[in-house]
Amino acid sequence: MNFHASSVGATRYVGERTPRKEDARLLTGRGQFTDDIQLPGMMHIAYVRSPVARGRIVSINLDVAREMPGVQAIYTQDDLAAIPVQMLSFFFTPIESPVTLLADGRVACVGDPVCMVIAESRAQAEDAAALVELEIEEETPLVTIADAKTGALVHPDRDDNIAAEMGDADMLEEAIQPLLDKAPHVVTHTIRHQRIAQSPMECRACVASPEGSGEMTVWMGCQSPHLAARYVAHALGMPQESIRVIAKDVGGGFGLKNIPWREEVAVVVAARLFGRPLKWIEDRYEALTASSHAREQEVTLTLGLDDEGKLLAGWSDYACNNGAWPMGEDSNIAVHMFMWPAYKMPAYGFVTRGWFTNTMGLGGYRGPWAMESLIRETTLDKAARKMGLDPVEVRRKNLIYLPDQPVTSTLGIEVTDITPGECLEKLVANVDIAAFRKEQAEARKEGRYLGMGIATYIEPTGSAGQMQPMTGETVHLRIEPTGKVVAMLSTHSQGHGTATTMAQVIADRLGVAYEDISVFEGDSAIGAFGPGAAGSRQGVIAGGATWKATELLADKVKAVAAHLSNASTEAVTIEDGMVHVEGAPEMSRSLKELAEIAYGEPARLPEGMASGLEAQFRYQPPPMTMTSAAHCCVVEVDAETGFVKILRWISAEDCGTVINPGVVEGQIAGGLAQAIGQVLLEEMPYDARGNPLAATFKDYLMPTISDVPDFEYLHANTPSQTIGGMRGVGEGGAIIGPPTLVNAIADALSPFGELGGEKGEVTLPLTPARILDVIEQRDVSGHQAHAEPAPAAPVETTAAPVADTSALAAAPAAISIDGDWDMTLKAPMGGQTFLAHFETDGTALAGYLSAPEGQQDFAGGTFEDGRMKFEVKVDKPMKVTLKYDLQASADTITGKCKMGMFGTAKVTAVRPA
Amino acid sequence: MSEHKIDLTINGYRHTAAVEARTSLGEFLREELGYTGTHLACEHGVCGACTVRVDGVAMRSCLMLAVQADGCEITTVEGLAAPDGTLHRVQQALKDNFGLQCGFCTPGVAITLATVLEDNPAATTSDMEAAMSGHVCRCTGYQGIRRAIRQLAGEHA
Repeated sequence: MNFHASSVGATRYVGERTPRKEDARLLTGRGQFTDDIQLPGMMHIAYVRSPVARGRIVSINLDVAREMPGVQAIYTQDDLAAIPVQMLSFFFTPIESPVTLLADGRVACVGDPVCMVIAESRAQAEDAAALVELEIEEETPLVTIADAKTGALVHPDRDDNIAAEMGDADMLEEAIQPLLDKAPHVVTHTIRHQRIAQSPMECRACVASPEGSGEMTVWMGCQSPHLAARYVAHALGMPQESIRVIAKDVGGGFGLKNIPWREEVAVVVAARLFGRPLKWIEDRYEALTASSHAREQEVTLTLGLDDEGKLLAGWSDYACNNGAWPMGEDSNIAVHMFMWPAYKMPAYGFVTRGWFTNTMGLGGYRGPWAMESLIRETTLDKAARKMGLDPVEVRRKNLIYLPDQPVTSTLGIEVTDITPGECLEKLVANVDIAAFRKEQAEARKEGRYLGMGIATYIEPTGSAGQMQPMTGETVHLRIEPTGKVVAMLSTHSQGHGTATTMAQVIADRLGVAYEDISVFEGDSAIGAFGPGAAGSRQGVIAGGATWKATELLADKVKAVAAHLSNASTEAVTIEDGMVHVEGAPEMSRSLKELAEIAYGEPARLPEGMASGLEAQFRYQPPPMTMTSAAHCCVVEVDAETGFVKILRWISAEDCGTVINPGVVEGQIAGGLAQAIGQVLLEEMPYDARGNPLAATFKDYLMPTISDVPDFEYLHANTPSQTIGGMRGVGEGGAIIGPPTLVNAIADALSPFGELGGEKGEVTLPLTPARILDVIEQRDVSGHQAHAEPAPAAPVETTAAPVADTSALAAAPAAISIDGDWDMTLKAPMGGQTFLAHFETDGTALAGYLSAPEGQQDFAGGTFEDGRMKFEVKVDKPMKVTLKYDLQASADTITGKCKMGMFGTAKVTAVRPA
Repeated sequence: MSEHKIDLTINGYRHTAAVEARTSLGEFLREELGYTGTHLACEHGVCGACTVRVDGVAMRSCLMLAVQADGCEITTVEGLAAPDGTLHRVQQALKDNFGLQCGFCTPGVAITLATVLEDNPAATTSDMEAAMSGHVCRCTGYQGIRRAIRQLAGEHA
């Protein structure tokens, strides 16, 4: 796409390092963060949190706390329950294990909020909170994934501790193992990823001010005021217009603030009950120990390769710790969806499970599926080392290049324009690998251990139209009678600089000065619904919407100018706020003059044209836009201390049209710094009693300026198929960074042995002690002494906990299933409930499944001895054939549904009440 | 709770106030006087976001009590730019180099770098990087901050 070919002015803003519009206020202390809000009569909230990980609440004694100075009220769940709330996942599906705002009779993790104290000041609220007496009958908690597999139920109303699961365990034996058996080379690798505290610099915060008849203004640290308003309205069953969420400035989100969670919603509910403005400002202790966490997961990947290093087959077993109250039960299916679309992988299967434990719940964090790149890229490097191949060559043999496309991955992801191979070539052309290998060999002679790591990946960005909240974006533009431009957007910046990039697009496409554009966002009363920052989408979707809306507005300006000048619209150009008519310099007018006419003298406009100079556009982009990258880093490992120093880091990324390189590189750099933290520093450990152990920034090691090297950037700029050609770039650094760095460290350590030992189990973070484990070939870190049992080898995969229908085949035959059932499918993005209607004729089974979105008929099924088998073809969100295998009893139906690429989901059905 | 009368100068303006002994300087600046540019991010002295200048010294306002600031001269981020709005050279360098994203840690970073340069106008890149080691930024990966430091060091190189 040549976006320079246009009749607008010659001044280019897209692609420039334009200084950010946000900086003036943020540099001078004039930003507006939630804690900056003070309202008359506003009271302050402090939460009383559970000090034990699991147990029954015996009593809550508020007597002393209530008498403390300044205390206005203390609420428990019994009080908040006066306003019914249905908490939802990020996908706007109900949370399956009903989460209450405050603990309801039981606590399930340390930090579980139990009471809410409302007082005149934050200090008074905290004083009183410390004096609430909780008596909890403590039970043995489940802390690790291993605990969850064998321990007592975290949620007593559930069948097991599996929060969510997908994948097809049978596929290993049926399809993958035979291929692995035949493969000349088989490599197995395990990574245990520690628990991460997202740690935005601004902790969570919420101010709720009840107004009028049931309306509410809420200031909230969030990633989208629109999404937050929609969530709160939905959870409380209120009309969305009755909630206005304002978030002018937010000090970082990174996925933690994707959706409002228990504490924020509790502030809203309490403000309604209390009838006055309430403020809750989370402190860092709460932020570290009681905000949703991320990442704790373990995965084993087994790859079969031929002698040249070509992939033949792969199998992975993945598990993640959901904690007690995840922001939506999650088995992280996206890990498997995005493991191989960039590679030629002929056969891949997996089982993937999320486990409930008595720890803080799982939340979002930049690239939640990032484990796919970490396990894939580190396993490929391990294979290369084992087989004596060059890691770059192994990737070249397997990566998908542009001429290979379109191509569809084994899990049904079609790629048409990805460039991971091209990014790798660009990277390799700019890094002298041969020279490095020479330097590395020389250094080793001196006892210095250098390592180089390379990794490649693709990233799904700009998702729209496939998941409830992930929608298009609306942009409303207006040239005011002053000739200045205002843009009203549903975007939100927690550092993203959307006011800057969107103003650049407008300036570029309209032909006005950047300084003459004001962008308004960060308020649910501005713009139409958009989910803000989630899934690297704003540059792609809001960028496309702004691009198109600006062109619509430019067209109108030209039409007005052409009409006034008796010229053709093709003869009109707009340059720096002046509208020119080709060949008639005397007809040049300022935008101000045109705007005054458009608003004030509509009679002078073309017949039928609406007055004013405004445009609105809602952009629905392609469902997904892929970004590609290849990174390289060079490290030196100190063999005496085990410390890792990063010497160089080069990124070759392709995010299509770059609106502002300063902003794009800022996103990559921020993600890479977080990646360095994940690999080397950060960890939120728990002790055996379920106590989180990193309670301050002295325990939780955030990367500082001395931990992060200078990054170098290469931009590939292959335009995407969206309007404007952008691709998302928000999460990539945090996805590609960890494997790049782990590979470099493993390369540096290769003279000593394999990182993670011969068993190939790498545990993050790679602390100096864990590095010394490899260098000294002994258990310096004490890790082996405390190691959990190894996860089951692929051939001995733990029995799939899905209902084994064959075992039930002896059920009585005289059951009638005809008629309606309420059926629930435990799908990857939450439970889906719909009406199932069955009609039997002997052993023939037909019927339909009906949901508000539509009805799917099916026929050709079978019904024998209570066992029901039928297939339903669906088109959304992707084309897939659902294969049901169910067992009916008199009043329930249970079983499973094979969902193609999504693996297998549990199914239950009951007769309608 | 004991209350204490204090008298101090903030960004050139004199203020008199009665404060509780336990109120931190950061809280006092924000809640009582509305200098909300000072941000409290960890409240235990590690992250540096709340740094203000007290009698010429960069201080963590979460670790200093308001009563301890009696008689002091304080500069917050609101007081860095010139009265006509011209940015302080530290602010300008951060802006020129994409040295901030969400802006929550930025006021402390700006005060610290301005103080280093105030103490030693010939401060080197490594002087300023050393001072930055007391600040945590979660957004930028420190790239723009480091470029800003080089620009500031280059001004007198």
